Amino acid sequence: MSYLLKRIAFYIFTAWAAITINFFVPRLIPGDPVQALISKERGQLNADAVHSLYVLFGLDKQQPLWQQYLDYWGQLLHGDLGLSFTFFPSPVSEVISSSLPWTLALVGITTVCSFLLGTGLGVLAGWRRGSWVDLVLPVTTFLSSVPYFWFGLIMIELLAGPDSIFPSSGGYDPGVTPGWDIDFIGSAVQHSLLPALTILISSMSGWILSMRNMMVTVSSEDYITVAHAKGLSDRRVMLGYAARNALLPNVSGFALSLGLIVGGTLLVEIVFSYPGVGFQLFQAVGAKDYPLMQGIFLIITLSVLAANFIADLAYLVLDPRTRKEG
Amino acid sequence: MAISTVDLQAAAGEAAPSPRPAKRQKFRFISNGKTLAGLIILGFYVLLAIFGPILSPYDPDARGSDLISPPTSAHWFGTTHLGQDIFSQVLSGARGVVYVGLLAGVVATVLAVIIGVSSGYLANSGGEALSALSNVFLVIPALPLIIIVASILPSVSNTVIGLVIGLTSWAWGARVLRAQTLSLRGRDYVDAAKATGESTWRIIFFELLPNLTAVIASGFVGTVIFAVLSEITLAFIGVSDPTDWNWGTILFWAQSQQALAQGAWWWFVPAGLAIAILGTALSLLNFGIDEIVNPRLRSAGRIKGKTVRMRIGFTPVLGKDNR
Amino acid sequence: MIEPLIEIKSLNVDYGLGDEAVHAVRDVTLTLHRGEVLGLAGESGSGKSTLAYGMTRLLPPPGVVAGGEVIYHDPERGPYDVLSLTNSELREFRWAETSIVFQGAMNSLNPVHRIGSQLTDAIKAHDPRGSRQAREARARELLNLVGIPGDRMESYPHQLSGGMRQRVMIGMALALEPKVVIMDEPTTALDVVMQRQILGELVQLRERLGFSVLFITHDLSLLVEFSDRIAIMYGGRIVEQAPAKQIYTDSLHPYSAGLLGSFPALRGPKRELTGIPGSPPDLRAMPTGCAFHPRCPKSFEPCAQEIPVLGVPDAPGGSDRTVACWLHPVR
Ligand SMILES: Nc1ncnc2c1ncn2[C@@H]1O[C@H](COP(=O)(O)OP(=O)(O)OP(=O)(O)O)[C@@H](O)[C@H]1O
Ligand SMILES: [Mg+2]
Repeated sequence: MSYLLKRIAFYIFTAWAAITINFFVPRLIPGDPVQALISKERGQLNADAVHSLYVLFGLDKQQPLWQQYLDYWGQLLHGDLGLSFTFFPSPVSEVISSSLPWTLALVGITTVCSFLLGTGLGVLAGWRRGSWVDLVLPVTTFLSSVPYFWFGLIMIELLAGPDSIFPSSGGYDPGVTPGWDIDFIGSAVQHSLLPALTILISSMSGWILSMRNMMVTVSSEDYITVAHAKGLSDRRVMLGYAARNALLPNVSGFALSLGLIVGGTLLVEIVFSYPGVGFQLFQAVGAKDYPLMQGIFLIITLSVLAANFIADLAYLVLDPRTRKEG
Repeated sequence: MAISTVDLQAAAGEAAPSPRPAKRQKFRFISNGKTLAGLIILGFYVLLAIFGPILSPYDPDARGSDLISPPTSAHWFGTTHLGQDIFSQVLSGARGVVYVGLLAGVVATVLAVIIGVSSGYLANSGGEALSALSNVFLVIPALPLIIIVASILPSVSNTVIGLVIGLTSWAWGARVLRAQTLSLRGRDYVDAAKATGESTWRIIFFELLPNLTAVIASGFVGTVIFAVLSEITLAFIGVSDPTDWNWGTILFWAQSQQALAQGAWWWFVPAGLAIAILGTALSLLNFGIDEIVNPRLRSAGRIKGKTVRMRIGFTPVLGKDNR
Repeated sequence: MIEPLIEIKSLNVDYGLGDEAVHAVRDVTLTLHRGEVLGLAGESGSGKSTLAYGMTRLLPPPGVVAGGEVIYHDPERGPYDVLSLTNSELREFRWAETSIVFQGAMNSLNPVHRIGSQLTDAIKAHDPRGSRQAREARARELLNLVGIPGDRMESYPHQLSGGMRQRVMIGMALALEPKVVIMDEPTTALDVVMQRQILGELVQLRERLGFSVLFITHDLSLLVEFSDRIAIMYGGRIVEQAPAKQIYTDSLHPYSAGLLGSFPALRGPKRELTGIPGSPPDLRAMPTGCAFHPRCPKSFEPCAQEIPVLGVPDAPGGSDRTVACWLHPVR
């Protein structure tokens, strides 16, 4: 279990580091963009809101740094991320909690699906290496180099249209009211098809390629030769030996590149005006809504950490060598 | 973005099939088809970066009378809502993209080498701390961080964007280099150098680094891919050097002017293709390097025009059909 | 006892294709008889492993079998050429008739599967209808056979010591009671005491179960002790082949003599330790004539000109030995 404890300690440390970075970034950078915004909105902000923005962005220059840091933490622990300027006067935490489920559903599900599908196809491509399957590789190389959001534009151009079943924007039909009923869920699923397909195709290619190469690498290990020498069936050697072992590095690669992937997939939301965190980040950047930007960064980081932790658990289950410690 | 096998194995904490002691591998580098194709395309982009702004037929900012015109002989890639020539914008945009990619790649690679190699070579708490630092930077999602930093800065130029990207994306390379250094550290020739009393720095520069060239190169190429995509993404959401064009800026205007709804495919297709081909070239380069470092990936051979399928577990028998 | 079991006939194995091919095994002809331990010795790089992997078609790319036959004398089905089997026939043949203990036995076990499942999957592949209990009982029996407690079935390879892993591999090789067990330096990674202990047990098992062994090593002293017959390999060719005693007492090929000279005498009068000057040949640039002549203390004119053929020598010592050397013209 000491492996698990070490990982948990690491994630706590990383969460702390991310929050601390969030604390320092606005303080290190010259100019007070937030100050300017506050002055502009002066009339509409109440004293509490102004104070919380002061604490978040270090505008209170009289306080010593450590005092600022403590106040900052105190405020975060109360869930107070300040007020959003774009969605004035909603608090940032409220804004994010309305968009987060959309992103978790879209990006979460498609990322996992793309990893599973890509890995599966990569197993076949690696095992049938040297056959016609290799012809797929140039296509996947190209697809994995395309920016996700641009691919989204192409998908809209090609597949969406007045008489297509794929809506090109939004998270659900404006006609239905959000709620847990068939109409709404059906509409939400329909709206997520095209963005999901976009993310799936462009991120899957990378997994196909890396799993294929891992299969090829693992295939020349001694234990694979032994498996062949034992006369095991092709399927058994491919799945039980080669793929099973090639999966290990791919899972840790998945964990480590989650940060990169999530960054890219969020952009897809922009193209589809999907009501998730990525689209909000886009709006926040356009409106220079710093509290919202910082809040989104924190939430994304924490979600990625959580996802990383789950991937770690999967690794723990998959590799008996990590289980032995402790 | 596909991850190379060396990186994956390093990610899993396994010693990757590590590069053999430094032999001159220059010629193999060129003789690998993938690397060669990648280098040729890349060379074309570098030429574009140097000469693109000179070659462009119009001033990319200049407005014209043809608004949102599809490709014509006067405007090869059509025009924007202000009548600007998109072909000229694409040509002028190359410089910024290549510049930012290279700058970020160099900054990140230098940091990755310094942090990765020393954390691998110094077997003390300092090394552990550096390794923890790179792991932290690895799991923090870089793109949102870059967006925040870049949009809080009072003014952004291409140099600033390149620096921000470089400073936030060294961690992957550092981790891979650390794993490779750890596996090299125990090798005979390093021990021999230590025994003869060579200084740590001499060992790092003359014994370790030459054997890490391929891994460093692959990390550099990977960072350039990431940097190019990040820069384009930043520009696409509106964070870019206001005085300069890049392909993300073109896409930004295309998106904000509803190019899609107007059916103006020429507005976003060329810029995106330019990015995708650049990305493909860089990926090809990286696969080539991966094949050099990891010989198991090299493909099947040919004999007298006939391919003999090399299959693990069933060695081909020439002249016999074993299916 | 003199019945042949596997006859290797002019086997050629290359690495690579066409002009780039490296000929690692050249024109090897060798017979393994029923119930015997045949030792295969030679310096590192002489092609011993390539021969073993080539004859079973297990050689990884870029290995290619360039020609020859491997005739297996099946007691039930009569002789057939292993190299002509289809892939599915070969799969059935493997492990049931010929099993292998590999050189890198340390890495021969899959790190993510339990020992038990790696033992039983071989049994299952060849007898899909057998019950699970029967397979597990058999696996336990195999572990006991090689001196490992049955509860190690649940262990993962990293939980075993090197010697135990080696024993597991040997037990695994015996799972289907094959007629032939090929052992490629099965004990090099172990200490000397462990080496002899495992080999001693192996010879006993052989007497009980009656399989033949092709035993590969560069340590000739082990072979002299444990094998019935010895074949010596140099530069991809067999240069001498004779009963173990004869190799030890009067080897004909200067290379065999050189190999013998590189370890201390087991018993009897002390010999002078000489070793062989020079280094093994580069397969890409083989010397003309006999590959050994540049290092041979006794070489004379024909050696550099023509390759000597392997045949029964015109010398005292009986007809069950062969040698390829110009000093001993073929009868
Ligand atoms: N992939 C390869 N490509 C080219 N040549 C190879 C390859 N693998 C092995 N060889 C060459 O084939 C020859 C025979 O190798 P082999 O492994 O059969 O030797 P060996 O007798 O088993 O040696 P050892 O005692 O070290 O195991 C060697 O000279 C080696 O250099
Ligand atoms: Mg060998």
